[in-house]
Amino acid sequence: MQTYFIEISYLLASVLFILGLKGLSHPETAKRGMHLAEFGMLMAIIGTLMHHEIVTFTWIITGLVIGSLVGLAMGVWVPMTAMPQRTALSHAFGAFAAALVGISEYYRLGGHLDKITMGALGFEVMLGALTTTGSLLAFAKLQGMVRGTPLTFKGQNIFNMLLLATTIGIFIYLVVVPGSMPLFFAMVGLALVFGLLLVMPIGAADMPVVMSLLNSYAGLASAATGFVLSNNVLIIAGTLDGFSGFILSVLMCRAMNRSITNVLFGAFGSAAAATGELEGQHGSMREVNLDDVAVQLAYAKQVVFVPGYGMATAQAQHAVKGLADTLEKRGVTVKYGIHPVAGRMPGHMNVLLAEANVPYSSLYELEQINPEFPATDVAIVIGANDVVNPDARDNPSSPIAGMPIIEVDHAKSVVVLKRGQGKGFSGLENPLFFKDVTGMLYGDAKESLTRLMQAVQQS
Amino acid sequence: MSSVTLISSLYVFALAAFLGYQVISRVPPLLHTPLMSATNAISGISLVGSIVTAGAHYNTVSTVLGFIAVVCSTTNVVGGFVITDRMLRMFKRKPALEKKE
Repeated sequence: MQTYFIEISYLLASVLFILGLKGLSHPETAKRGMHLAEFGMLMAIIGTLMHHEIVTFTWIITGLVIGSLVGLAMGVWVPMTAMPQRTALSHAFGAFAAALVGISEYYRLGGHLDKITMGALGFEVMLGALTTTGSLLAFAKLQGMVRGTPLTFKGQNIFNMLLLATTIGIFIYLVVVPGSMPLFFAMVGLALVFGLLLVMPIGAADMPVVMSLLNSYAGLASAATGFVLSNNVLIIAGTLDGFSGFILSVLMCRAMNRSITNVLFGAFGSAAAATGELEGQHGSMREVNLDDVAVQLAYAKQVVFVPGYGMATAQAQHAVKGLADTLEKRGVTVKYGIHPVAGRMPGHMNVLLAEANVPYSSLYELEQINPEFPATDVAIVIGANDVVNPDARDNPSSPIAGMPIIEVDHAKSVVVLKRGQGKGFSGLENPLFFKDVTGMLYGDAKESLTRLMQAVQQS
Repeated sequence: MSSVTLISSLYVFALAAFLGYQVISRVPPLLHTPLMSATNAISGISLVGSIVTAGAHYNTVSTVLGFIAVVCSTTNVVGGFVITDRMLRMFKRKPALEKKE
């Protein structure tokens, strides 16, 4: 009877999780969908607590309470601009939990496992371990604790491949001879190191892909746990998470027009900087002053904002909304062009703007906004660089060639908000800045936008 | 694990994969960030594995590891759902449309 109830609760949870994710297909159904998923999770946990093998509840309750407090604190206090960091941490926690369960199972059974279980367990532990360290390093990079430019060393790819091969080699040996405990722990150790090495050469601009990949791995580690414990809800939830991450990674790569191997092993950013230096740039950048821009905006019919990671670092999303509101009161149509890889994780710009109360109906994707530019009087670029770089479209030898971009250079006028004359996060020169249609407005984005708003109000 | 159990688990995996692909490819880029936090929260279901490990009193190592795993998974579940809820609450339509509701 007990087992029956537990299994039913798992089945219910599985169904509700799927319905919950289905709800995410539209902002209106999303909230309700999530409540369903939350209920499902609660049912599954309550069901599990009735498991016949549980003897003592002290550790469980303590763990649940501590975890809830930490989770609640993180959920409530983390600002939207730190969303990528929190997500990276969450991947680390999830993968770590999966790895620990695997290690504990292995230890409990003293290495006496059949080949199939060993196989699943090996996957679980390897994936869990490398995702833990990889995600922690991603967190450090995003938080600025470790420098964002790629960390490379000679022969790195070969070294990484050898390390991976050794780890997998040990794994295969363990499947045949599961009892070798020291080797098992060696494999875990190697996987931990590999996770670090995998994320080390990734540049900050490529973070969206890495985040999605780590999301996927954390999910797959949970799915593997499901195989080991013969728990269907774990397999289903883990697979959903794994596939979600995988789909996002593919989307991110397509949005950058680079293959996944290129992102992981191409150390983008360090190589690109070198090419940038060689090519040099012709012409000069035209600086504009604030009042001129304000007049342009005040008498425009349509204005498009194109945000990038710079908007996040400047915490300028509220200032953007302030300016947008002022313009809309004057009858100007305001739209936002969001590039899929703008920011440090998928959908980053969208949540920042949503936090500033920008209605989502004003947010446009790349394919929707590009045709609008010829009719746009002013396109304002806020802390975005590569996503508006025309070299991707016009220059076949550029490192970002082929990447779909937001074509602001087709607007009647472009204003680029930038802190200074530097090259941005990826180190690439941007010919947009040198075009006649573009004016550079230097200074802190938040300040510039606020002053623009005031200037427009006075026009 | 018997081969029967493995095959059955593989069926579940394969079906979940297809279903996952269908459901998730319908999530618009607008909601990609909540998608990531929601899937993180959902994969915190590994909590059910760690609960048993922490509570079954197999041996000290397992109990400790299980306890840590419970803390990590619960953090993900609670944090993930709270953050997703918070984000979803922020997505609003244009005020003109809202007034009609």
